[in-house]
Amino acid sequence: MSVIVFADTRGEKVAKSALETLTYGRKLASKDGTSLTLVTFGDASAERLAALDTNKVVVARNIGDADSQQLTRLVADVATKEGAKWIVFSHDDTGKAVAPRVGAKLNAGEVAGAITLPNDQGLIKRNVFSGKAQAWVELKTPVKVISLLPNSIPVEAVSGTATVEEYSGDLGAAKVTVKEVRKAGEGIPLPEAEIVVSAGRGMKGPENWGMVEQLAKELHAATACSRPVADMDWRPHHEHVGQTGIAIRPNLYIAIGISGAIQHLAGVNGSKVIAVINTDPEAPFFKAADYGIVGDAFEVLPKLIEAAKKLNAER
Amino acid sequence: MKILVLISHVPDTTARIAFTNDNTAYDASGIQFIVNPYDEWYALVRGLELKEAQGGTVTTITVGGAETDPTIRKALAIGADDAVRIDTAPKDGHDVAAQVAAYAKDKGFDLILAGKETIDHNGSQVGPMLAEMLDLPFISLAGKLDVADNKATAERDVRGDVEVLECALPLVVSCAKGMAEQRIPNMRGIMAARTKPLQVVPAAATEALSTTVKFELPPPKQAVKMIPAEEAGKLIELLHSEAKVI
Ligand SMILES: Cc1cc2nc3c(=O)[nH]c(=O)nc-3n(C[C@H](O)[C@H](O)[C@H](O)COP(=O)(O)OP(=O)(O)OC[C@H]3O[C@@H](n4cnc5c(N)ncnc54)[C@H](O)[C@@H]3O)c2cc1C
Repeated sequence: MSVIVFADTRGEKVAKSALETLTYGRKLASKDGTSLTLVTFGDASAERLAALDTNKVVVARNIGDADSQQLTRLVADVATKEGAKWIVFSHDDTGKAVAPRVGAKLNAGEVAGAITLPNDQGLIKRNVFSGKAQAWVELKTPVKVISLLPNSIPVEAVSGTATVEEYSGDLGAAKVTVKEVRKAGEGIPLPEAEIVVSAGRGMKGPENWGMVEQLAKELHAATACSRPVADMDWRPHHEHVGQTGIAIRPNLYIAIGISGAIQHLAGVNGSKVIAVINTDPEAPFFKAADYGIVGDAFEVLPKLIEAAKKLNAER
Repeated sequence: MKILVLISHVPDTTARIAFTNDNTAYDASGIQFIVNPYDEWYALVRGLELKEAQGGTVTTITVGGAETDPTIRKALAIGADDAVRIDTAPKDGHDVAAQVAAYAKDKGFDLILAGKETIDHNGSQVGPMLAEMLDLPFISLAGKLDVADNKATAERDVRGDVEVLECALPLVVSCAKGMAEQRIPNMRGIMAARTKPLQVVPAAATEALSTTVKFELPPPKQAVKMIPAEEAGKLIELLHSEAKVI
């Protein structure tokens, strides 16, 4: 019996969301008095993997994350061999594709986008209705799959001493293959950003985004926008947040010239702190905000940029 | 090309969110239901575009009771050829996938399109579970999809980059922003939808793997702290020293 965590360990350093899943897995393992096994893939060095807070690592070297069937076979095989009771993923791009597949393959119930550990009754909380409510879910199967919403629990131990095993089973050929990767420009990818500076139709036109970008740069933030702004091609589509764009949960969301329509809020209501700048004191966004300024973005933004520069100079 | 599009029946994006029966069920009284936006704007419309360009059929499938028929008719009005409704109240995401798999397994669909998630359950589960049950490859969160020579090419945003993926048909794709533009059904479409085939299929025997025991609403937000526009710079100071987020 053990707890399995699946995480992506590629890249310059292990992602925060991967460390969160390890913390979650460690807590489940301690509760059950069992060990923790990390299942991963790719080229992270054995030294780096051995230094993670897990008892064991199983790494499949020659696959990527494009083919969810290969990753499903990998996780299901290790989980079956170890008699895993819990299988934990991050609810990120890869986890969203693989966790449900593993659940279907092993006939294991899945909590998608969990935000808590199981409580005393074994119930796990998740967001529903696009963050407007939460649900407590019970899994009825002996094997349970969790995908953990990023930024839901703090990372605890980040290091340990694990044994590292290279996976040698047959995962089959990849049916989905990567033809090309177009690297994004500079800047912080929106889904991973801790701070997001977002602007809406109140900015009047794409030529005025210089100030928005400058504030984002000073705050080490990613930029985002409302739907009409993306639809009018003022900004790229991947910046569109909300009900029909992407949902984000940064520590800080600064909304400039965005009215705060319910469909926009659905994508940002998981943000820890929301600051709103709007000329209209009746803008619905103020009801969802922690901090607010009633004012013209064209006058307020230069003041914010100046203050951010001053703060950066002081720290 | 034979295309199947999964259509979910969800409360309107502005619908009141409240619960009944001791917070165990969504209170649907007086609520307007719509086609899940990801299913409609992205999956269905892209399916129709591919069919219009290359020939074939677009069938929709919905798991639900007769109350979902108006939502299904809306999908037909937008342009689907025919619809299937599996006549049961879905128990969880796994149940929906199992019901669709039981229907689709011997029908020879080349392409199965799902929205990236529903706006009520937000699970992102049905597409990948269905792919697993049908032993098919799956492309998640695609923002672009093309088909040529029996091969699909899709693009998706991952970690800020754009990945171009390829896969031979048949496959399952979950559809996100960018794939197509919303289509408003016209009068002719609405009239035609009334007589298009909507086949009601009895449910397969399935078991729920999970139950939602209870819903709750988030605690009310604390009052917003207002900062005068003349002192806007103070916002940055407060975000640093009080909220500790920068
Ligand atoms: C099914 C459905 C799904 C949708 N999905 C999304 C979604 O995913 N994301 C999304 O964002 N929207 C979505 N929408 C659209 C949503 O309803 C709103 O129309 C949209 O969010 C409005 O964008 P906005 O706030 O930028 O523009 P507006 O509503 O035009 O608001 C502009 C705001 O800027 C303020 N303003 C004007 N000038 C200034 C100035 N100089 N300085 C400061 N403030 C100023 C105004 O007071 C106003 O509040 C959806 C709608 C539907 C029906």
